[in-house]
Amino acid sequence: MEVKIRLNSVDDTQMLAEIISGYVFPGIIIGLTGDLGSGKTTFTKYLSKYIGVSDNLNSPTFTILKIYDGYYKLYHMDVYRLEDIGYDYELDEFIYGDGICVIEWYPYIKTMLPQEILSIDFRVIDEFTRDVTIKGEGPYEKIVKAISDRYCH
Amino acid sequence: MFVLGVETSCDETSVSIVKDGKEVLSNVVLSQIDIHKEYGGVVPEIASREHVKGITYVFDKAIHDANIRYEDIDLIAVTKGPGLIGSLLIGVNAAKVISLNYNIPIVGVHHIAGHIYANYIDNGMEFPLLALVVSGGHTELILMNDHYDFQKLGETQDDAVGEAYDKVARVLGLPYPGGPIVDKKANLGKDTLNFPRPMVDSGDFNFSFSGLKSHVINMHHNMVQRNEEINIEDFCASFQEAVTDVLVNKTIQAKNHYKVKQVIVAGGVAANSGLRRKMRERITDIPVYFPKMAYCTDNAAMIASAGYFQYLKQGKADDLLLNGQSRVNLEG
Repeated sequence: MEVKIRLNSVDDTQMLAEIISGYVFPGIIIGLTGDLGSGKTTFTKYLSKYIGVSDNLNSPTFTILKIYDGYYKLYHMDVYRLEDIGYDYELDEFIYGDGICVIEWYPYIKTMLPQEILSIDFRVIDEFTRDVTIKGEGPYEKIVKAISDRYCH
Repeated sequence: MFVLGVETSCDETSVSIVKDGKEVLSNVVLSQIDIHKEYGGVVPEIASREHVKGITYVFDKAIHDANIRYEDIDLIAVTKGPGLIGSLLIGVNAAKVISLNYNIPIVGVHHIAGHIYANYIDNGMEFPLLALVVSGGHTELILMNDHYDFQKLGETQDDAVGEAYDKVARVLGLPYPGGPIVDKKANLGKDTLNFPRPMVDSGDFNFSFSGLKSHVINMHHNMVQRNEEINIEDFCASFQEAVTDVLVNKTIQAKNHYKVKQVIVAGGVAANSGLRRKMRERITDIPVYFPKMAYCTDNAAMIASAGYFQYLKQGKADDLLLNGQSRVNLEG
């Protein structure tokens, strides 16, 4: 299932994170794509607040993985640097762990990921506006449906 | 007190022997930068493998260079985080082996405490002091009222400053790591583009570089679309001026607010010539210290120095359950 929505401000990004936070489960994988500055880390920052992370979430680019404590563990990854390599087995235990896993630039490690994930693609329209495509099958379908219900009716 | 320091949090394998937190008897650093260069940044799994390959050699050489025996070591200080989890584990486990084998107490040290204490080696410390920590992974203002007493005044809400350099360099077609090359080009250009100074008057001590990064990228994109000629030097100079204005202004605000006696700058971006110049130009009432270049990048001497003061202050060692952590609070 797939839904396309438009975000007109960071408040909209926050609302998207809030909706998704209502459906997270241990082992959930959320894959993010979009150009530099399109809102991937901003989305994750809001999501972290809704799942009880009290520490400030900032960019994981340098260490590739940052781990936060909330109601669940939050594994926040940026795998941009793995583009030419395609995997990093040190990430395995987190991807297949029982926390919430958010992976920026997830297509670069696609072979490491399970078939079913929730994917969110951010496209920059102008300074504040983003077009966002959200896809998910199986256990992720109800999240996509919830977003669709909220934005498209 | 002889302290053996171990640092493997990222892409440098380093062991050092430091006496009383100040006198560096040896500081061996094996850098992996050439290996990671072709990937545009440090690759965790490769870093771990390289640490494994180098660690025994680095321990042996540090002991040899210091002309000391393991039996003479009083304390082992090892970086426990933050950093790459696999890389940290190699240093931590090697340190634990030596600790167990020779019955030497061991302390796990915060990497940023190490960067701050890099300044103690050459310059000493006078409290209260303000530390600006700037690197590929960090942008923080830390207040210290005493040895090993850290109070985080503010930090980046998104990208670290070194990371912003890397990303801007990538867009401009410059090689990794972005910091040194953008700095070099900036020195040849002029601040013509008037980039924003994010959060400079936000009234707190937090930073944000993501918006500036996006602004720079958008402007570059638009200029390419319009077939305008892009002067890389001016681009770099404009970016560097914006970044250093924010860093220096926030530092001055915190300096005045907390009436500190000295300012120290720590971390890899402390090597930036523009930052060094502007700090020294604009802060003239109290001393501003930068670690010498060898102690700006990751090294074990700074960890040994920090570990010495941590042990003195806390009066206790860690047990062998000590482990690496990808993220740790400095104040905790």
